Amino acid sequence: MIGVGVAYAVAGTLFAAIAAFTAADRAHPKRWRNTGFWGLLAVSFLFGDRLGDIGNGVLVLGLVLIGGIGGLGLSQPPTTTGAEREALAARFGARLFLPVLLVPLTTLAGSFAFKAIRLGGHPLVDPAQVTVVSLALGVVLALIAAMAMLRPPAAAPIQEARRLLDSVGWAAILPQLLAALGAVFALAGVGRAVGALIGPWLPLDVRFAVVAAYGIGMMLFTLIMGNAFAALPVMVAALGAPLLIGRFGGDAAAIGALGMLCGYCGTLMTPMAAHNIVPAALLNLSPGAVIRVQAPTALTVLLANLALMEALAFRHGAP
Amino acid sequence: MLSLLGVGVLLAGLVARRNPLLVVTAAALVAGLAGGIAPLRLLAAFGKAFNDARYISIAFLILPVIGLLERSGLQVEARSAVARLKALTVGRLLLAYFALRQLTTALGLLSLGGQATMVRPLIAPMAEGVAESRLGPGDPDRAALIRAHAAAVDNIGAFFGEDIFVALGSVLLIQAVLQQNHIAEAPLRIAFWAIPTAVVAFAVHAARLLWLDRTLAKGARRP
Repeated sequence: MIGVGVAYAVAGTLFAAIAAFTAADRAHPKRWRNTGFWGLLAVSFLFGDRLGDIGNGVLVLGLVLIGGIGGLGLSQPPTTTGAEREALAARFGARLFLPVLLVPLTTLAGSFAFKAIRLGGHPLVDPAQVTVVSLALGVVLALIAAMAMLRPPAAAPIQEARRLLDSVGWAAILPQLLAALGAVFALAGVGRAVGALIGPWLPLDVRFAVVAAYGIGMMLFTLIMGNAFAALPVMVAALGAPLLIGRFGGDAAAIGALGMLCGYCGTLMTPMAAHNIVPAALLNLSPGAVIRVQAPTALTVLLANLALMEALAFRHGAP
Repeated sequence: MLSLLGVGVLLAGLVARRNPLLVVTAAALVAGLAGGIAPLRLLAAFGKAFNDARYISIAFLILPVIGLLERSGLQVEARSAVARLKALTVGRLLLAYFALRQLTTALGLLSLGGQATMVRPLIAPMAEGVAESRLGPGDPDRAALIRAHAAAVDNIGAFFGEDIFVALGSVLLIQAVLQQNHIAEAPLRIAFWAIPTAVVAFAVHAARLLWLDRTLAKGARRP
């Protein structure tokens, strides 16, 4: 049975190739730091399941120390000039969008089709992981299509991926690290502590009061932490799973999705989020200026999310 | 209760603008130790959680494809497509980009737009240009308001589009968090539940952009 391991192997190979090209790049300003960082990430994707939990813990600390102290550098792999890009764009035109569109098409088609394909009584692809496997397949198909159409030098996909990944830098592992933080928070009882903190103030038998506390709590937590990824595990453990899903019988997919979307309303309003800091710096504005424009939409969408959750998530026979 | 110290560390570290990788790790370690988890078990739990969350970084798989297309002029082509948006007003120009951004993100193409790749070089100057030609020269406050709106459409479009695509980090994170609470859910169902909010967010922000045109016109009439 094909599972998510295939997708991890493909990603691990990509990171390993990027590390190898970095090691060979004498002009790289932080050659060995970047090699170490992308190399460790490759090890995580290729061998993470065989390292053991403590081994993975040491690996994470290594990534955090390399990326967090001193940081990474930018590579300048061979690429095309601005004029060459103008010429290629004029030649290929809108056809340039076709390969990227293969990715969502394959992902969606695969998510449905793989469920139906069985070999010797077993599903060909693990039903719980069809989405990620389909995504990896879509990327491979898109890469083949792009290579066939554009006929670039053979090393170009790796060199271009290295250029883009270096420009993301240490922030590349931040979302994954935040998800890990959320899991550790849940394990350490932060969710229960938050539940215990707000429990006495909340009429727990009134469904809409819990809906509002969950949604507004997601927004406030995201406001403080600058990111909804670490807030979701805490609020789901505090209120979502035990009360909204457990006691009131809410639809788990709806509670999870709408909770995350309440968190996004917080991201739009927090000076902690890179999403607001980066454009302010790029456009010569104060972060407050971007947040002031986003806040009315964020607050309206938050209220809409609470209404949607109350109206739709608890209907029996929901899709 | 002591585990809440971890939240405090996170907040303090981010306010002090320390490197987020260090802050997040410190917050996890403090929360775990304060919550009574032994050091080695905590290291193991953090490592396992990171390993289990690798699906989030799967999104980088697309980099070779995007990079290859970029070296062949993808951004030049995307920019000329956006530049062809013939909008008569600031609000309608931003509305057109907003719709494109939300739609392409819902298809998983988060990296087509962005503050550095689209807003700064293209959308913000185009919007300021439309204002100059339609409403005449304005003060720095008007220019700042227009640039802030240009940044906002990119964020709002991306945020309320991305949860519709089944294989991006946020949908997979929701699935994993539910899994941690012993609830099995399919990504397709989670993505489905992001659609109503996406529609509401589009309607609300589209109305505000059209309202922006009225505000700007009023400001222009003022002597």
